[in-house]
This record gives sequence, structure tokens and C-alpha cells, in this order.
Amino acid sequence: MTHVLASGTNTDEVARESIFWILCVASIGAALAMILVRRAVHCALMLAVVMLCLATMYAMQGAPFLAFVQIIVYTGAVLMLFLFVIMLIGISSADSVVETIKGQRMAAGLVAIGFFVILILGVGHAALGPAPPATAANGTNNLSGLATLIFTTYVFPFEVTGALLITAALGAMVLAHRERTTPRPTQRQLAARRLESGHMAPDPSPGVYALHDAADRPALLPDGTTSDLSVSTVLAPRGVTQEPPSVPAGKEQDAIAAESGREPAPSGRADA
Amino acid sequence: MSPVHYVSLSVILFVIGAVGVLVRRNAIVIFMCIELMLNACNLAFVAFARMQGNLDGQVIAFFVMVVAAAEVVVGLAILMAIYRARRSASVDDANLLKY
Repeated sequence: MTHVLASGTNTDEVARESIFWILCVASIGAALAMILVRRAVHCALMLAVVMLCLATMYAMQGAPFLAFVQIIVYTGAVLMLFLFVIMLIGISSADSVVETIKGQRMAAGLVAIGFFVILILGVGHAALGPAPPATAANGTNNLSGLATLIFTTYVFPFEVTGALLITAALGAMVLAHRERTTPRPTQRQLAARRLESGHMAPDPSPGVYALHDAADRPALLPDGTTSDLSVSTVLAPRGVTQEPPSVPAGKEQDAIAAESGREPAPSGRADA
Repeated sequence: MSPVHYVSLSVILFVIGAVGVLVRRNAIVIFMCIELMLNACNLAFVAFARMQGNLDGQVIAFFVMVVAAAEVVVGLAILMAIYRARRSASVDDANLLKY
């Protein structure tokens, strides 16, 4: 792919131009969506789109090694780390739309416009010539050329990078480690706690309805009521559990009853 | 495509990332916007490397990637620690040092 993209015949030029504009629109759109969507996980997905677009652009500019590093390290590792943390601290944590500092968005917009104008003026004034024809350094010799540079001219920064990575790993371990402030409960204490709670058996598993067998369906008790214990407690605040009042009255219950071959249960079953 | 296009695109992406850092309140989203800015810089580096016809810019972009990876690891660990203490990922809630 990279050889096709980096070689310089006329037909390739048209293809490269159209690919560039498609990627340009895609990456800018995804970046805008990133700062506009409210959920952090959507934001991460948009960032993945931007990173993949940029990886393709690296390949088009004769940097196949960087293109693959971008996909493997950025999209693969860094973004997965982001997703892990999003899952850990709450996937449903949406940003609030309340402006905590008055006029912050307006000021940020003005700063952004000014910054953009300055940067574009700088780029416009800089003498950016056309790209020279691609050399072997942009194609088959890219990897060996980079390796030569890293291990000769840039060998000291490369060593420092190793130190930085070790420091970062240690720092992350220290920061993420939590000292236990209370002693670990023994098995006897756990058993006593369970006896005291008056709820000795494990929680019931989520519902196995005739039509739905999913984790968001509460289990049906023998008397027809649903058991709140059977659904994960994080699902209820999100409003995704299928509580009986939210189910269209009669319709789905009748369908379930028809399928399982029994009488439609009356709706006010909680006190039955 | 001339390098000007790539550099202009990187300017646009950088500014979008900067706006995200300024307006968003969720610390993870702010972090992702910083990553976007770093990626925009890398794009400019690669475009300059292509323009100069040598590989130094690509090496610098490679180092930026390494530093960004280290930064993400430490930053996310800090976020986890803050979340453990404050039960929130919003930058407004980490205000104990505020005057």
C-alpha cells in the first residue's frame, strides 16, 4: 500500500489527492465530534477515527513505519488504555453542560480563533516548498533509515526515552496502588457477616423470560413479581433495566405468556 | 499533495484539540484532546520530514509518540487516584488546593 501511495506517477497523484481530501474531511469531522459529544466513550471512538486517518496520511507521506506505529501504539495501546479507564470510572459519566465559569466557552472560542489565525498566518508566511520526489527513504529503506538515525544521531535521546518509560511505569504503579487501610476480613468474618445480613444464598441470576434472556431483565419470582437483586445495581440508574412498569402493559407480558403457554399474569402482581 | 495542505490540516486539528481542552470538564476527555494535539504535531513533523527529504522529522514524531505513551500511562493513573478520592472525573471536583 505504501509503495503505491508514495510513488509519484500522474494517476497516483489524482488518487492521493482524493484520498487526502476524504481523510481531511473525516479527521476534521471526527475531531469536531470529539469535542461536541457528551459521553467519554463516544469521544474515544472519534479519537480512534482521527488516529486511523492520520496513520493513512503518514503512509501517504512516505512514513510507513510511523503509520504502523500509529496504529499499533496509538490506536491499539493508548486508546485501549483510555477505554479501560473509561470503563473503570464509569462509562455513563457524561459531561455536564453547565458552564461553571461564566463566559468560558465564548472566551475559549475567541482564543481558538486568534490562535488559529496566528498559526495559519505563520504557515502561510513560511516557505513551504513542494515535496521532492519520494526517495528510497520513504519506501523500502524507511525502516533501516530510521534505525540508523535512532542509533547514531539520536542515540542519547533514545536512551533517555528508555529511562522515561521505566519512570512512567513505576509512577503509574505507585499512583494506582492503594494501601489497604483495614485488615482483610477472614473467611470466618465473612461468614458471620453473611449470616447477620439475613441473606445467605447468592443473589438470583438475571431474568430468563420467554422472549428475553439478558442481563438487564430482572428475574421473575414464583409469585410473578420481579427481583431487584437479580439485576446489576449499575443498570438501574442508567434506566436500561426492563422493569414491568416500563414494559408496554399487557402486550409483552401476553406474548410471553402465550409463548410459555400460561395465563397472562395480572398487572398488579406485587402484592399478590 | 503539497506539505502545506498537511500542515494546515495539522493546524486545524491542533486548534480543535485546544478548544476541547478549554471547554470540556471531563478529565478523560481533556486528556484525549491533548492526545489529539500531539497527533496534530506529529502530522506536521511528518509533513516537514517529507518536505526536507530526510527522516529527522519522522524520528522526532516517533519520540513524540513514545513520550505521549508515557504521559498517558501516568496521567490515567493520576485520574484513577483522583477518581478514587473524589468519586468524580470532572475537573471541577478536584478543588481542594483551590484558594
